[in-house]
Amino acid sequence: MADTTTLSGNRGLAIEEPLIFELGHPGRLGVDLPEPPPVDEDRLKGCRRQAPVGLPDLSEPQVVRHYTRLSQKNYGIDTGFYPLGSCTMKHNPRLAEKVARLPGLADLHPFQPQSTVQGALEVIDSLAGWLKSLTGMPAVAMTPAAGAHGEWCGLMAIRACHEDHGQGHRRRVLVPESAHGTNPASAAMCGFTVDSIPAKDNGRVDLDALRAKLGDDVACLMLTNPNTCGLFEREILEIAEAVHAAGAFFYCDGANYNAIVGRVRIADLGIDAMHINLHKTFATPHGGGGPGAGPTVLSSALAPYAPLPFVVHGDKGLTLVEHAADSGAKPFGRVKGYHGQFGVFIRALAYIISMGADGLRLASSDAVLNANYLLAGLKDVLSPSFEGPCMHECLFDDRFLKDTGVSTLDFAKALIDEGYHPMTMYFPLVVHGALLMEPTESESRETLDQYIAVVRGLAERAKAGAAESFKAAPRFTPRRRLDETLAARTPVLRWKPEAAE
Amino acid sequence: MRYLPHTEADRRAMLDAIGAADVDALFVDVPAAARLAQPLDLPRSQGEMEVERAFTRMAGKNLSAGCAPFFIGAGLYRHHIPAAVDQLLLRGEFLTAYTPYQPEVAQGTLQVLFEFQSQVALLTGMEAANASMYDGATATAEAAAMACRVTKRRRVILSGSLHPHFRSTTETALEYTEMSAELLDPDPLGFEDLFGRLGEDVACVMVQNPGFFGHVRDLRPLAAACHAVGALLVVAVGDPASLGLIESPGAMGADIVVAEGQSLGAGMNFGGPGLGLFATRDKFVRQMPGRLAGRTVDVDGRRGFVLTLSTREQHIRREKATSNICTNSGLCALAFSIHLTLLGETGLGRLAELNHAQAVRLETKLRRVKGVKPIADSYFNEFAVHLGDDVDAAAVVETLAGRGILGGVPASRFYPTYPELKPVLILAATETNTEADMDALVAALGEIL
Repeated sequence: MADTTTLSGNRGLAIEEPLIFELGHPGRLGVDLPEPPPVDEDRLKGCRRQAPVGLPDLSEPQVVRHYTRLSQKNYGIDTGFYPLGSCTMKHNPRLAEKVARLPGLADLHPFQPQSTVQGALEVIDSLAGWLKSLTGMPAVAMTPAAGAHGEWCGLMAIRACHEDHGQGHRRRVLVPESAHGTNPASAAMCGFTVDSIPAKDNGRVDLDALRAKLGDDVACLMLTNPNTCGLFEREILEIAEAVHAAGAFFYCDGANYNAIVGRVRIADLGIDAMHINLHKTFATPHGGGGPGAGPTVLSSALAPYAPLPFVVHGDKGLTLVEHAADSGAKPFGRVKGYHGQFGVFIRALAYIISMGADGLRLASSDAVLNANYLLAGLKDVLSPSFEGPCMHECLFDDRFLKDTGVSTLDFAKALIDEGYHPMTMYFPLVVHGALLMEPTESESRETLDQYIAVVRGLAERAKAGAAESFKAAPRFTPRRRLDETLAARTPVLRWKPEAAE
Repeated sequence: MRYLPHTEADRRAMLDAIGAADVDALFVDVPAAARLAQPLDLPRSQGEMEVERAFTRMAGKNLSAGCAPFFIGAGLYRHHIPAAVDQLLLRGEFLTAYTPYQPEVAQGTLQVLFEFQSQVALLTGMEAANASMYDGATATAEAAAMACRVTKRRRVILSGSLHPHFRSTTETALEYTEMSAELLDPDPLGFEDLFGRLGEDVACVMVQNPGFFGHVRDLRPLAAACHAVGALLVVAVGDPASLGLIESPGAMGADIVVAEGQSLGAGMNFGGPGLGLFATRDKFVRQMPGRLAGRTVDVDGRRGFVLTLSTREQHIRREKATSNICTNSGLCALAFSIHLTLLGETGLGRLAELNHAQAVRLETKLRRVKGVKPIADSYFNEFAVHLGDDVDAAAVVETLAGRGILGGVPASRFYPTYPELKPVLILAATETNTEADMDALVAALGEIL
């Protein structure tokens, strides 16, 4: 245990920080607002608040220090290497932050007359154009707010299309066992049932098993490609053909699209719908959990069902279509408020036009190169789950830890002490004790070399019988291992005044 | 390529280490027929200067709110965002972190979420809040589904006071489920009868307070009537600043409170990204959608925070999860939380008083314009006015825009099939309006009408 014997409980730059509720002092202000003009009689119809809210009062210097200190207890891409598989923690360009703050883009209301927001509609339209060109797909629904939201949007379009063509009885969705949990959850929200399909020993969909599951009641297949094991589905054209022959659609989870941008157009793979996580593939910041955006490209069969609103080229320039009656199509409805994650669109478009067609292709290539470099540097000491080259991420399981007393979790925590954010642990579920590493194209060869050396060293240490040191990790973090069982058994989800607790 | 560190020599050396002839060899699993031999025929990479120029050009085509007398609300309100908010959320450790799955290196995000949840619970008068949803509209849809889970009923009643996007998003979300959405007509006069709709099969009644057209309502009688038949009351809030002045939904008996939180902290950004606030009572917490941060201790007994109750969520429960949500609005939640921390009890109260006073001042001025009739009997910082039987409010708004005034939203933008709403204009006033702004609007309306 590290030394905590300072008088303050702090340790140099590691400073303990109370909750805002423990810092407040009534009457302090962090903002200056003018005195409200006098009102003879309020218009609140007797609904004036009777009791105080209970918020703490702080001044600006206290607030700035509070959040600065909290930020220092976080690990971000800006801090260091973040090989969190499936999450694509690539560099977030600061140019995107700068242009997103131009008042002509940031200080706009979604319900301004359309004549006053032509530039904003151009941002949406330009990004849509890029997404369509890159994927080869004819249409894109821009409004989904995140990957899972895009999945649901694509499935809603599929459901609406089937209903429209007298195929409403198609309610079964095929999902591989290795899928993200959002896939089955999204399917359930469309009133579909989920039927899981097995993988082969090489980590890909078992085509024969898939064929056996297809039938007149199948609405679609949901497949992640490259899949969650970091592998390209070699038989994808045959998969698409089989799915289409059965009258079903092919939905692709585009979480790993970053591996193939500019190298493959997904339209050429027989895919009918795919969401694109702008916050992964197109480098917008993850922000500690969001916001993201999940525009969903659609085939010509599904395009008429795309949700409202969308931008079209009209007589008076760009027009935002907000109602089905004006759409000339059969939109399935609306998936969120306003017109999509506009701030995320700006950032993604800034990245895309910075990179261009050449840079986007090079980024995918470097992402795949980096993942294979990690795989090559680690495969003799860890246990790779599958043979052959990987795409943008490499998957290991915990066979290399057998009989060491060290678990995948322990191994990940030890990496924290070495100054790294751990890889994704225990996902995908199809291998035991998964360690999924995604370096992204942002990392230099030196960074990868250092990481490889550290992981190799840890693996050797584990095999040499140092389980205790792994169990004790992490030791150098603001907090050491936290009691998650206690948190779930006795949930404390908010601060309460002491008397009330 | 400024974002890619490799030199060609690096790439060559790495390929050698891998044992691959070239990068194409790594894409060997892609069917040959689908491989692109070269970059697509699209524009090539550009430097910062060129990209900045492109965005400055697009920004220049817009009339930004700060350059015009501005009175638009309709669910998203232009509040002054203190400078510290944006500066702090740009800290890379917040901006570029992922979801806090490794709590030892994410105590910053986790403590922020715990504080955010606490602030939302206090503001709404509820016992617990989650770590955010995408936006107010999707939060409303999630609340409908949650109410059905809690009550094991399927009928959802949506008031005409709800934001039209909250309504249509919820209607869409329930479309192919066993739940049904019953939409009442838009309610500019505030006369609708929700009590008559209640029955033993109703899962929840969903209302907004203040309503989309402005009305402020005491919801206690409705809450009691809902509870008498075993239904839940879901209350949506358009502007979280209103909660500094108006009795909280929790105090009025709400079971679930949802809100669009974007107006505090994040700024308008043409409507996105949003921030869905979601709060409920402790007894329903395990039916909640979305992430939750919770307090615990570490192995040394020190207070810390983790994500908790994740057995509700899709990564554990898959098709049986309470929602498919994974990504949320973390950074907007941070912005909201910083803004609210800067305001505090004192500042929030003053902000709310100021907004209300500004709206009263605007309404008083508008009453003097011939033909303008305010139709809401009560309001916070936004109200609907009737411009005269034959007047098309949308045309008036266009004319105002031509004069450089962003003068509210015509109700017909949301409800084009209701002719009686054609003359209805919805106007908001906040602390950002000056008296000169108001006078400019009043003078222009006097000339146009």
